Amino acid sequence: MAKTDIIIHDKKDNVGVIVVEKVNKGQDCGCWIMENDASNNIKSEAEIPLGHKIALQDFKEGDTIIKYGHDIGKVIKSIKKGDHVHVHNVKTKKW
Amino acid sequence: MDIPKSFLGYKRENGRAGTRNHVIILPVDDISNACAEAVSNNIKGTIALPHSYGRLQFGADLELHFRTMIGTGKNPNVAAVIVIGIEPKWTKRIVDAIAKTGKPVEGFSIEGVGDIDTIAKVSKKAQELSMWASEKQREECPISDLWISVKCGESDTTSGLASNPTVGNLMDKLEPLGVHLCFGETSELTGAENVCAKRGKTKEAQDKFMKTWSSYNDFILKEATNDLSESQPTAGNIAGGLTTIEEKAFGNFQKIGSREFIDVLEPAEEPSKGKGLYFMDTSSAAAECVTLQAAGGFNIHLFPTGQGNIIGNPIEPVIKLTANPLTAKTMSEHIDLDVSKILSREMNLDQAGDELIKATLKVANGRLTCAEALGHKEFVMTKLYRSA
Repeated sequence: MAKTDIIIHDKKDNVGVIVVEKVNKGQDCGCWIMENDASNNIKSEAEIPLGHKIALQDFKEGDTIIKYGHDIGKVIKSIKKGDHVHVHNVKTKKW
Repeated sequence: MDIPKSFLGYKRENGRAGTRNHVIILPVDDISNACAEAVSNNIKGTIALPHSYGRLQFGADLELHFRTMIGTGKNPNVAAVIVIGIEPKWTKRIVDAIAKTGKPVEGFSIEGVGDIDTIAKVSKKAQELSMWASEKQREECPISDLWISVKCGESDTTSGLASNPTVGNLMDKLEPLGVHLCFGETSELTGAENVCAKRGKTKEAQDKFMKTWSSYNDFILKEATNDLSESQPTAGNIAGGLTTIEEKAFGNFQKIGSREFIDVLEPAEEPSKGKGLYFMDTSSAAAECVTLQAAGGFNIHLFPTGQGNIIGNPIEPVIKLTANPLTAKTMSEHIDLDVSKILSREMNLDQAGDELIKATLKVANGRLTCAEALGHKEFVMTKLYRSA
């Protein structure tokens, strides 16, 4: 089993969660998709700490972030695949 | 794993069973705290439950106050109760309701007597009750006597991925054995409210959930001075990688596994529809939520945390688990169960759920939780609006 740096909850998700202390910029990261037990790889474009999210695709403003197979917020600043996804580029649709 | 079918608990007069054997000194109001604390200081084996309210409350807020006081006294983790209030009338209302369980309960009022003589009088009664309760022995009780409440705190993304699903796995395994289960945190289900409502077993339960959530949400929107982005998610949540309330909600929701809830409870309301999962309308603040669940009669609590919430409760033992390897290392004295191996894939959810069942039964049988050993006994009343 390859080392898992990132866990993706649902196969529909477009973000994954870092589950090691951090990933470095340019690192080739191992991903595990919990729902179907599949694995793949992604290159990180930023240093991202434990528990934080990585973009699995490019996003433009207004796009929707999917995690747990559900809508968890909107993109407010474009994001490149492999970048850090957090409060600086994503916002709730609720409040 | 073969799940044990029993635990060692304290059988109570009304047929419930406790995981603890507390004698509590319950102040009706803020100004009776000093008296209650003096008595618990005098008499070993008693515990005072000081709090901030109980004067000039009215309407639904007053009813919630009574429900919380009475429910705390009725909880099977409590062997006997002394109630102290400034006035006799509200004191008596609480005493009479607790007495219906059959457990020893006595009320005292301070007006016209003063603290010093009240403390002397109450101390004599408290000594008698403490020594009486100390004779109680643990006996074998069916696992269905466990009433398990859950609430997560200082959550981060590891909560949604691993520690909350571990609790969900336990629920999936224990619900068929006839336990009562309870989740709450109304505001924190925002973003997942429609998905959560669909878990109601009946149309009635689904509608009741949506009504409860909408009314909480309307209240929050009315009182909010900004977009709540500093309150929900909290700074701790954001540091842990949670970005939005929706993300937090879907992570939170993992705690109920694949269960359906049978009813929606008012804050501190005791379930009345038999075994199974209940949703209770509560705040998402840890101490308020657990205090309400304990008042609803729940006798053991599971608390998954990400960044490391340290809460305890005076009468309901709070078991903490985390899947965050850093928290497990840096705050080990607060963590009863470390399930971080789920994230490194050295442990699966099924194994983690079994470990949590074992840990829960150990605590039900009497093992102290980290929070108990560290002296955490947060007792926090939920207040609906300001007093008259």
